[in-house]
This record gives sequence, C-alpha cells and structure tokens, in this order.
Amino acid sequence: MVDFIRSDLFLLTLTVGLYCAGGMLYRRMRMPLLHPVLLTFVSLIVFLLCADIPYERYKEATRMLDFALGMSVVALGYLLYEQVERLRGSLLPVAVATIAGCIAGVASVVYIAMAFGVDRTILTSIAPKSVTVPIAVSVSGPLGGMVSVTSVVVFCVGIFGSIFGEWILARCGVRDPEARGFALGAAAHGIGTARAIEIGAVEGALSGLAMALMGLATALLVPLMEKYMY
Amino acid sequence: MTGLFFILLFWLIGNLLSSLTGGYISGNIIGMILLFGALCSGRLRAETVRPAARFLLGTMALFFVPYGVGLMESYDVILGNLWAIVISAVLSTVVVLVVAGKTYESLNRRTRLVRLKNLRRNG
Repeated sequence: MVDFIRSDLFLLTLTVGLYCAGGMLYRRMRMPLLHPVLLTFVSLIVFLLCADIPYERYKEATRMLDFALGMSVVALGYLLYEQVERLRGSLLPVAVATIAGCIAGVASVVYIAMAFGVDRTILTSIAPKSVTVPIAVSVSGPLGGMVSVTSVVVFCVGIFGSIFGEWILARCGVRDPEARGFALGAAAHGIGTARAIEIGAVEGALSGLAMALMGLATALLVPLMEKYMY
Repeated sequence: MTGLFFILLFWLIGNLLSSLTGGYISGNIIGMILLFGALCSGRLRAETVRPAARFLLGTMALFFVPYGVGLMESYDVILGNLWAIVISAVLSTVVVLVVAGKTYESLNRRTRLVRLKNLRRNG
C-alpha cells in the first residue's frame, strides 16, 4: 500500500486529478483567491505531509510535468508571434511601455527587498515576479534563485494584480482601455490577462500582448540586471 | 506532431547555444526566441506549430504545480522574509501597473494624434 501511494503513476494521477477538481470548484465558486492552481499547491502539500512522502520523491515522480513546462516555454514563442502579428502598426507605444514596465518592475522589487536586508538568493528569486511562471522559473533558476519561491510569489502577484489592478489603474487616472489591458498583462501575466478578457476584447488582446512581450523583455534583461545592478 | 518536433528541436538548439554562452539565459528561452524568429521570417508556418503550441499553452498551469509544491521544503525561507517579500512584491506590482499603463496611454495618445494629422493632411 505504501509503495502504491509512493508510485510515480499514483502521484501523477493525483496531481492531474486535484488540478481538475480545483478547476471545477473554481468555476462553481468564482472567487479569485480560490485559484485552481493555488488549491492544487495546498492540497498536494497537505497530502504529502500526511502520507509522509518527501518532496524529493514527489519531484522525481512528476519529472514529466517539468519536461512539459520546458516545452511550453518554447511554445510561448508561438504566442508571442500570434500577438505581434495582430498588433501591426502601433509598435512604438508597445515597445517603450514594455521596456519601461520591465525595468521599473525588476528594479523596484529588487531595491525594496534589498532595503529589508534580504539576501541575494531571494532577490534573484523574486526579480522576475511580473512574468508568467514558466518564464520566471527559467530566468531565476539558472541565476541561482529558488524556483519554488519564484513560482509561489509570481502566482500570488498575479492574483493580487487581477483583483486590485483595475482599481489601482482607475485611482491613478489611466482611462484608455488599451492602456488598462496592457498594464494588467504587464503586471499580472496570465492571471491578469484572464481578468482583462473578462473586462473586454480590446483589454484582453492588449493584455495578452503585454504578457508575451514582458516575458521576452524580462528573460533578456534580468540576467544583465542581476550582473550589474545588485 | 510536426509542431512538437519543431518545439523540441528549437529547445535542443537553445540548450546548445545556452551552454556555449555560459548559461546565463536558459535553453528553453533561447528556444522561444528562435521559434518566434522562425515564425516571423516565414520559414516556419504558424499552422504547423499551432496544435502543439495551443495544447501546451492551455495546460501550462498544470506543469508548474510541482514547483509550487516545492514550497513544502522552502516555506521557512519565505516565512523568514515574509514582510520583505510581501511589501516589495505588492509595491512593485503597483509600480508596474502605473508605469506600463501611463507610458502606454501617453504614447498611444500621441501616435493617434499623429495618425489623425496625417489623415487630415492627406484627405
């Protein structure tokens, strides 16, 4: 029985099953804090602790998912192409806003955390916090960050941005629907984009574009900034 | 299936380039840029990679669950720096929202004005 619960197949099935169950629960409750992925994180951790299965075993069992994550980062190149194709023409505002948002985002999170005396491993882990999780972990991992910290922080940032983003933008006087969608995607990646699609088609399209471009800009800039800025 | 092949191929080339350049940028991100470049140059048709890419992008959230579960080993690191992480992440998210939103809005207004002026001159 113990061997059965610790087997690769059981742990994989459980992961996919909990993910699907979380999705169903989310669709019924519609509460942003009960995001399916967050529910899956928590329920899996509780299960592994109760069943006394070490994380090492779980990680080994789900190596397949890690491999698929690597492929989906490459697949983001397709998303980027699709979004850029749709854009055509208004390249300047998009390019400048992406670079400004990326530099402001990385510099602010790193310098504020630095003021608290946080060590370098954590600074690197949270530096790419505004981009989609697969890119964020691919950026922080090779630079010596902790990928589990990255994935959880990035996720929570996305949820925060999707809940409070509109309100913050309204308070700061950003009224252009295109700019609002763009900002949501730039600050809160996929989760912000999901929210932007609910607001409207224009917001959704610009949000998807911002998410893809922020991912690219962050992937290229963070390694440089890590070397020279902190 | 051909789409999956190209995704794996670009990842492989990306890994090769990454290890040649010292590993500052991981191979899959170089692969992403290569795929984007191949699609833009028209060497690779979007239809070829679309099915595989759509599937991977649609289920992406499932793939990073194991990383989040890693929190059971690293939770003490987050708890030890909880306030620093929460405050910096929240403030920085507000910064990104405002900087990206304001920059885009002001530049978008300007390009729109230029576009209107050109239309008027030509019309």
